Amino acid sequence: MSFESLPVLEQLMLAMAAMALFTSFVLLEQERLVAAIHAFAWQGALVSAVTTLVAASSGLRHLYFSALLTFALKALLIPWMLHRLSRRLELDRYAEPLRRPALVTMAAVALVIFSYWLALPIMHENLIFTRNIVAVSLAVVLIGLLMMVVRQQAVAQVLGFMSMENGLFLAAVSATGGMPLLIELGVAFDVLVAMVLFGIFFFHIRESIDSLDVDRLNRLTETEEDTR
Amino acid sequence: MTALLLAVFTPLAGAGVLALTRSLGLAGWINVIVSAATFAASIALARDVAAAGEVAGMTFRVDAFNVYLLALTAFVGMTTSIFSRPYMRHVCQTGRTNARGMRLYHSMYQTFMFTMLLALSTDNLGVLWVAVEGATLATVLLVSLYRTPEAVEAAWKYFILCGVGIALALFGTVLTYFAAQSVLADPAEGLTWSALYTAAPKLEPSIMSLAFVFLLVGYGTKIGLVPMHQWLPDAHSEGPTPMSAVLSGLLLNVALYAVVRLKMLVDGSLAASASPHMAGRLLMGFGLLSFLVAGLFLHRQRDIKRMFSYSSIEHMGLMTFAFGLGGPLATFGALLHMLVHSLTKSAIFVTVGHAAHIAGTQSINNIRGLIRTQPAVGWSLLIAVAAIAGFPPFGIFTSEFLLLTATMKLQPWFTVALLLGLAVAFAGLFRHLHPMVYGPAPEGQKPVPANMIPVAVHLGLVLWLGLSIPGFLARWLDRATELITGGHLL
Amino acid sequence: MNLTALTLALLQLSLYVALAPLLAGWVRKVKARLQNRRGASVLQPYRDIYKLLVKETLVAHTASPLFRAAPYVVFSATWLATSAVPLVSTGLPAAMIADVIVVAGLLALARFFLTLAGMDVGTAFGGMGASREMFISALAEPAMLMAVFTLAMTAHSTNMASVVEYQLAEGTILRPSFLFALSGLILVAIAETGRIPVDNPATHLELTMIHEAMILEYSGRHLALMEWAAQLKLMLYGALIANVFLPWGIAQGSGAGELASGLAAAVVKLGLLGAALAASETALAKMRLFRIPDFLNLALLLALLGLLSYVILEVGA
Repeated sequence: MSFESLPVLEQLMLAMAAMALFTSFVLLEQERLVAAIHAFAWQGALVSAVTTLVAASSGLRHLYFSALLTFALKALLIPWMLHRLSRRLELDRYAEPLRRPALVTMAAVALVIFSYWLALPIMHENLIFTRNIVAVSLAVVLIGLLMMVVRQQAVAQVLGFMSMENGLFLAAVSATGGMPLLIELGVAFDVLVAMVLFGIFFFHIRESIDSLDVDRLNRLTETEEDTR
Repeated sequence: MTALLLAVFTPLAGAGVLALTRSLGLAGWINVIVSAATFAASIALARDVAAAGEVAGMTFRVDAFNVYLLALTAFVGMTTSIFSRPYMRHVCQTGRTNARGMRLYHSMYQTFMFTMLLALSTDNLGVLWVAVEGATLATVLLVSLYRTPEAVEAAWKYFILCGVGIALALFGTVLTYFAAQSVLADPAEGLTWSALYTAAPKLEPSIMSLAFVFLLVGYGTKIGLVPMHQWLPDAHSEGPTPMSAVLSGLLLNVALYAVVRLKMLVDGSLAASASPHMAGRLLMGFGLLSFLVAGLFLHRQRDIKRMFSYSSIEHMGLMTFAFGLGGPLATFGALLHMLVHSLTKSAIFVTVGHAAHIAGTQSINNIRGLIRTQPAVGWSLLIAVAAIAGFPPFGIFTSEFLLLTATMKLQPWFTVALLLGLAVAFAGLFRHLHPMVYGPAPEGQKPVPANMIPVAVHLGLVLWLGLSIPGFLARWLDRATELITGGHLL
Repeated sequence: MNLTALTLALLQLSLYVALAPLLAGWVRKVKARLQNRRGASVLQPYRDIYKLLVKETLVAHTASPLFRAAPYVVFSATWLATSAVPLVSTGLPAAMIADVIVVAGLLALARFFLTLAGMDVGTAFGGMGASREMFISALAEPAMLMAVFTLAMTAHSTNMASVVEYQLAEGTILRPSFLFALSGLILVAIAETGRIPVDNPATHLELTMIHEAMILEYSGRHLALMEWAAQLKLMLYGALIANVFLPWGIAQGSGAGELASGLAAAVVKLGLLGAALAASETALAKMRLFRIPDFLNLALLLALLGLLSYVILEVGA
């Protein structure tokens, strides 16, 4: 199969997966918190769009429900919760400059190439046409991980974590046509609970160290002299 | 089947009840009763499995491998709940937490039990993942129960590191499901472990090895393998003592169980490929690294609970190494080790909780003269540490001996590393323990009301298992060994 | 090459030269209308060029021969580069040398002489404009090459005419690599032609000038050639985007009817692109200089993602 011979629907699907990867880069580089939350919402919307298209072109009906669930959770509910949290934490206009943007971008591109290399054995399997998206979804997962590493603000780290979950969902949809619905519901429930707990945590952290800069959580180290 | 359902879902019901119970005293007793009921159900389940060989149905599957883990989890849950009742009342009275925190604690304790039992008894890899993630989520708020800056930091690290690890494990699960799509007659069965196990030789090796790497890194984070262990010492030392006991004793076992189940699949898939021992080698590598690094870090610790958390990492590394080594002897030893380590470690944390109460601090430098002040606590700590360090005739000595024998047979040079690590850990533990238990007691140190029966029971069991393993247990472990490696020991 | 072929080659070249001021005037007119002004006529740039051609040419006494030569070099290099980008037809004889690397090289030559000229007279503003121009082009060049190489990989050739013909033969295809390469190329085009948000072509404040600063010392016919070259560059990029990425309407032979329809299609597409440019110039504000690397890094990233999408998603899809 070559790209040109795929029907338009499937080309559109690949295009949207590529755009989801682009939003992952945007999330990584974005300095303003509110804009990053919007980028995350777009990523969720793109992932659910890919799911809908897979459902339409392969006839797997339960994927429509998954797509709706993802859209409701990742594009609407969780960004809304993060928005509300950032308002209550007074982070509306928060902008944290990325410390070494060029290096971080290069690392992200290297991760894309690395995930392509890792996913080669899958891509050679002549199973379903969306297997190429597995490499893109692994890249989204790894870039989410990179975001958690380079950002020091707690809310930004949570965005990285959530974008990892987006990538995982995309991998499940593209490699296997979606996992069984029960499992998807379980995973979605876990993600939601995790989000709620994160919300509670932000307040705990701010209470204890008066800021959300996670680098300041440094009392527990191996070289500390215990003074308790 | 009823016993299985009761064993798994009683804690969930208990969690619901406890969420609504406002009285602290009543909640403590309900906790104990629910845990006891769970334990009774697990004993009934064990009898069912002994009679029928395995109990399966409705995406559950209890065979020789996980039945004893289920019983162990329920047992330690029960004894820890007995310990936690007066302990947490004391904690609440000293003002470290309030009534709402206690309600959260009790209901999350039972939720945590539920997720662990679900993870141990399910046949579906997806449900396994959801349950392990659920266990993490249930305990996160408990680690930060005391709301000190250190506790919040420990809980945040725990949440983030384990969350990331679990996410990678999900990717591995997805890849396994993907590999199963082309091989199974009914692709929707792609997450059922038993179906995957029968079809394992047909699974594509390249995909399965990639999946295993992700699964090992993911679930390995929850086991506490170096270098993904950073959350463990913090989380186990900052949470309330019953939490440390259960996390160290039980959750690490559940994660290791998950890795071993998946290793069985990968071994079947890679058996005919170019590198059939890849999974075992990876496990050996991570296990040995964790074992050695943790033993070295033990020496530097200033906080008693952190020290014992590193001991947990060390023992989990040893077990991982043993499972990676493979072969009936090492696997039998590892299974036995899972059992005795769990019992000993929870006993240690319970005793440490009392010791910290007596001394008013968790800092090793400030705990002194335990035997003088309260001989029950002091002697228990001494005996328990002797047990965990591998003194005969305790059970840990038996399992470590089996492991060393196996290593000498299969990979002789690693025996040196193992012995060295054991010696280093031994030295570290006793070096810190000695001033704590012996010597004069500081001014004004008074004994505390302590229920040492759970500790005595645990240590007694460990001693019994070290001296002579009962027949039914040995047969179970043997059957589990056969399931995992395909060879008998006995 | 026979006489008809030569005529056709000269026809394309003269079309570029003739229509470039019209495009510039059109953009200015649309911008004026969007800003609620009536604006000058679309033919005003022609009148400006004529005016400059007949005016006296003053040269500073500190200028070297390079100063006098630069406008001619810049104009010829840009004009020659336009011969490599298909405007009305892909079947023109110049198609054989229509290589994207040739285009990039000729534009680089033009830029080189432009910056030298800016520094030649020794004024502060010239040097400042030259250094800013080099700064921007150093970042924009890799992005442009990467975007065009993405196209080239798809068509297996760096020849623009082949790329356009390949595109037409394939029909409507939604390639992610093209989407990214197009976005990247648009950003690069804005930077290279000195438009808002990178540089304001209508500014009269020296400290905000980039292109204008380099030609500040020029007058008379020299200035006419420099301005015309800038307009040619704008048309070149416009034709690149319009005809290579959106090739519908371009002629593929050299018959008179085909050429006429190709010209009409080109005019329509360039008109629409010009209007879009005017709209974006009205909506956006000029960025501060130190933010331009972010802008161009985005362009490079988009181009790179296009390349990666091609390799990951489209090969063996």
